[in-house]
Amino acid sequence: MTDRGVLLALAAAVFAALAAACLVGSTSLGVDRVLAALAGGGSAGDRVVVWEIRLPRAVAALVVGAALGASGASLQGLLRNPLAEPGVLGVSAAAALGATTVIYYGIAGAGTLALPMAAVAGALAATALLTAAARRVGSVVTLILVGVGLSSFAGSLTALLMNLAPHPFSLSDMLNWMLGTVANRSFNDLLPAAPFLAAGLAILFAGRRGLSALTLGEEGAAGVGVDLPRTRRLVVLGAGLATGAAVAIAGAIGFVGIVAPHLVRPLVNHDPARTLAPSALLAGLILVLADIGVRWAPPDAELKLGVVAALLGAPVFIWIAARRRVTSG
Amino acid sequence: MAELCVHDVAVTLAQRDVLRGASLRVMSRELVVLLGPNGAGKTMLLRAVLGLVNRRRGSVRLDGDDPALLSAAERARRLSYLPQSRPLAWPLRVRDMVALGRFAHGASPERLGNEDAAAVERALVACDLQRLADRPCDTLSGGELCRAHMARAMAGEASILLADEPTEALDPLHQHQVLSLIRAYADAGNGALVVLHEAALAARFADRLAWMRDGRIVADGPPDQTLTPERMAEVYDVRATVRRIAEDWVVAVTGPA
Repeated sequence: MTDRGVLLALAAAVFAALAAACLVGSTSLGVDRVLAALAGGGSAGDRVVVWEIRLPRAVAALVVGAALGASGASLQGLLRNPLAEPGVLGVSAAAALGATTVIYYGIAGAGTLALPMAAVAGALAATALLTAAARRVGSVVTLILVGVGLSSFAGSLTALLMNLAPHPFSLSDMLNWMLGTVANRSFNDLLPAAPFLAAGLAILFAGRRGLSALTLGEEGAAGVGVDLPRTRRLVVLGAGLATGAAVAIAGAIGFVGIVAPHLVRPLVNHDPARTLAPSALLAGLILVLADIGVRWAPPDAELKLGVVAALLGAPVFIWIAARRRVTSG
Repeated sequence: MAELCVHDVAVTLAQRDVLRGASLRVMSRELVVLLGPNGAGKTMLLRAVLGLVNRRRGSVRLDGDDPALLSAAERARRLSYLPQSRPLAWPLRVRDMVALGRFAHGASPERLGNEDAAAVERALVACDLQRLADRPCDTLSGGELCRAHMARAMAGEASILLADEPTEALDPLHQHQVLSLIRAYADAGNGALVVLHEAALAARFADRLAWMRDGRIVADGPPDQTLTPERMAEVYDVRATVRRIAEDWVVAVTGPA
C-alpha cells in the first residue's frame, strides 16, 4: 500500500468512527434522525444531542489523539526511541500540572486562553528538559526512566497543589486531569486550545524531514546536512504545543502516542518522517473508538477515556520494550 | 577540481589538546589515508574539517570556503561524511537509507527528484547493491551493511569524501571491496580522506599516507616514501617489518618498540 493509500484508508475510517460516535449514546437515535440532525434538520432535541453532545466529544477525542499521535511519532524520531511518547515521558503530566495550577489558583478566570497557555508551558518545559537530558544520557532506557520520574514528580505536584488549593475540588476533578476524559466537551471548550494544537501540528510537520535523516544518528544526520538544532527546536516546540493543547482539552491520556506510530511504521517502511500523518490519524481513530467504548459502559461507572487508552496501550508498551533488540548508539 | 586545505588546525576539548596544529591537503582524484594510534586525533581532524567541533586556531578551506561557515546543507553537498559509529535507529530499506545521502539536495526517501533517484541508483550500482535495494537494513550482513553506508555517502556526489574507519570489523575480502569502492570514487574525479588502522591496506590503495600522532601530522607522503619500520615505531610504538611486493605491501608487527 502506498503512503497515500494508507492515509486515505485511515481518513475513511476516521469519518466512519465519527459517524458511529454520533449514533451511540444514552438516548437512542436512529441513523435517519442522526443524519437529519447532522444536516441541520430533525427536531431541536436531536440537534442538541448530535451537535452539542456527541459530535464535539468525538471531535475532541479525534484532535487530542491526532496531537498525541503526531507528538509521539516526532519524539520517537528525534530521540530514536520507539518508547518515547508524551505520556510516558511525563510531558502530559507536566501539561496537566500547568493546567491545574491555573484552575485551582483562580487564574483560569483571567481568560479562556490561560488554561491552554499554562498546559502548553508545562509541556514545553518538559520537552525541553527531556531533549536536553537525551543529549547527556545517550541511553534510550535511561531517558525513559527520566521521563517516568518526571511524570511521577509532575503528578505528585498536581496532587499537592489540589490538596493545598484555596478552592474546594472534587476527587473526580483530579482524576479527570490525571486519567483524561472528553466527557461533556462542547465546541466552545475546544476553541481556546485549537490554535495551539494547530500550530503544534504544523510545526511538527515542518520539522519531519530531518527525522528521516536522524535514523543515521546525530553525527550521521549532521553529515548529510541536517540542521540539528533547528530540528530539535521544531520537535520540542511542536510536541509541546500539540501535547499541551491536547491536555488542556482532555487531561493526560497516555500510551496512544506509542501504539499508533508502532502500528503505522511497517506500512511506511519505517521512515520516521512518513509516520507522522498516519500516526496522527490512527491515534485520533483509536481515541474516537475508545470513547465510544467509554460511552457504552454503564453511565454511573464513570469510566475514563485515559483508562481505556492505557488498557489498550500499556500492554503494547510492555511488548515493544520487552522485544526491543539491544543496539549500539 | 576540488581542493581541501587544512592548515595548522588546533582543537581543545575539555581542556585537552586533541589537535595541536594539523595541516593537510586533499585534491581531486586523490585518496589520502590518515594513519595513527587510538587517540591521535584522526576522528577529531575529520570533525574539525566538517565544522562539527570548534577550532581554537588554524583554517580549513574547501575550494576557498570555510565549511564551518556554510549552512549544514551546503556543506553536505560538497563534503560527504561517513562517521565511525553508524547506528541505524529504524530498519529502513537499503534504497531509502542510501537516499538519505541526498538529504542536502532537498530529497527525502519517499520524494526523490529525477536527479536524486538517478544518483541513488548510481550509488547502488557502484556498491553492487541493486539486488539488496528493497531489503530492510537490519537483514544485511556486516559487509553488505558497510557497502550500504558507502553507497549512502556516495549518493550525495560530493567532491570530497571523509570516511572514518569504513572497514572497521570487516573481514579482509570486504575490507578490500570497500577500499576499492573509495578508490573508484577518487578515480572518478573526487577527493577522499579516509581513516584506517591497517597500514598495509592503506598503502595498497592510497596515493598518500598522512601519519598522525598526538594531534599533529608527523609525516605525509606516498607509501613508498613514508611507510617504513622507523615510521611504524615513531607513530605506533611498535617493531614492524615492512616489505613491498609489486603493488602490495606486507606490514608485520612483531611487538612493542
